[in-house]
Amino acid sequence: MADNRYDRQTRLRDFGERGQAALTNAKVLVVGLGGLGLPVVQYLNAMGVGTLGLMDQDTVELHNLQRQVLYSEDDINRLKLDVVLEKLEQQNSETVFKPFDTFLTKQNALTIIQDFDVVVDATDNFPTRYLINDACVILGKPFVYGALHGFEGHLSVFNHQDGPTYRCLYPKMPNPQEVPDCNDNGVLGVVPGIMGTLQALETVKVITGIGEVLSGELMVFDGLTQRMSKMKFQTIAEHKKRKKLEEFYDPLDCVTATTIDPKVFRDIRTTQEITLVDVRSAKEFSASHLPEAEHIPLDQLGQRPIPIPASNKVYLICQSGKRSGIAAKQLQTIYPNIEFCSILGGMNKVLPLVTDIQ
Amino acid sequence: MTILLFGITKDIVGSSTLSVPTSSATGRKIPKTVKELKEFLGETYPELNKLSSLAVAVNNSYANDSETINAYDEIALIPPVSGG
Repeated sequence: MADNRYDRQTRLRDFGERGQAALTNAKVLVVGLGGLGLPVVQYLNAMGVGTLGLMDQDTVELHNLQRQVLYSEDDINRLKLDVVLEKLEQQNSETVFKPFDTFLTKQNALTIIQDFDVVVDATDNFPTRYLINDACVILGKPFVYGALHGFEGHLSVFNHQDGPTYRCLYPKMPNPQEVPDCNDNGVLGVVPGIMGTLQALETVKVITGIGEVLSGELMVFDGLTQRMSKMKFQTIAEHKKRKKLEEFYDPLDCVTATTIDPKVFRDIRTTQEITLVDVRSAKEFSASHLPEAEHIPLDQLGQRPIPIPASNKVYLICQSGKRSGIAAKQLQTIYPNIEFCSILGGMNKVLPLVTDIQ
Repeated sequence: MTILLFGITKDIVGSSTLSVPTSSATGRKIPKTVKELKEFLGETYPELNKLSSLAVAVNNSYANDSETINAYDEIALIPPVSGG
């Protein structure tokens, strides 16, 4: 079996045993095991890439299944990394897997990426895409980029030899409010399958040197018309010269949210009038809430005006304290002169302390 | 001239193409460069002005703001997209 496992591709004159040997020796890191990342890892593993780095920290959720076709209903709530490892080990026992149970961060990016030859950007957010770009430029590694929007997919290979980088095309990272992600915007199930498969193909081309790598060109696929457009773009010297990472990637990283202990909050609200915004969903809010709370769900913050008190202090609450923390950071950037304070532990902690729940 | 729209620009305009007049019958200034085109479109669709990075392709090549455009050029707005 070992002899002819890759026969159908080593037969190809332009690929051959040489191409196969290059795959065997290659180390590829795939960042993100979602809609794009799954076809990438499945094909690279099937084709015989010797070392595959796998990185994700999410668990499988029901709404992943329409596009993340390696996962089944039984996998819901399991770590994506565990499921992928299990299935890929069955698919190809010769591959060396390097699992990373983490998200890519400013702290770990350079250390992790330096051990790989090629990185595949299969992430779903701008901060990580810019971090991958910057780390790859610093380390001189090519990365295969894929990204989605609705029925549309984008593909390119950045930082390949002298070729341009992601920042040569899009120098400035968009704000989170500017461009929605799949969770907000939606994506047709099959589109990530198409784009991820194309990323796998570009990865193989980068490794083996066959064909023409999609460097210096962005390919845009429109699933509604089956039209593929390409745009050529040039290297901008300053973006190739990067020597260190940015201070911050996630724009919210540099904002810290003020928090308050639930007991302290209870004491305050019994002695004075306060302004409280509840950022939970309508369903959660109608189940139980504090009488003074104004309801603005997290996804509508920034679209709806918030109550501005004379005290200039607004308390934020959610179920566990996580969403109110995010809300505090978001609002702080919109209203720099108001003090936002997230209640630690949220309704879970406040409910047992109060008697006037509605 | 017809402009192809991608990513969020398609959602902002609400269509996959957009027609920009090439004669000034309406009295509006006709865009002659990429920068003027961006300004022209930004007047009708202010949301476009908020995009911090927006690539404009003229005849399938990335075009800087100063590049001139004419009626026969194939133009596309390609903003970054983030989904995965």
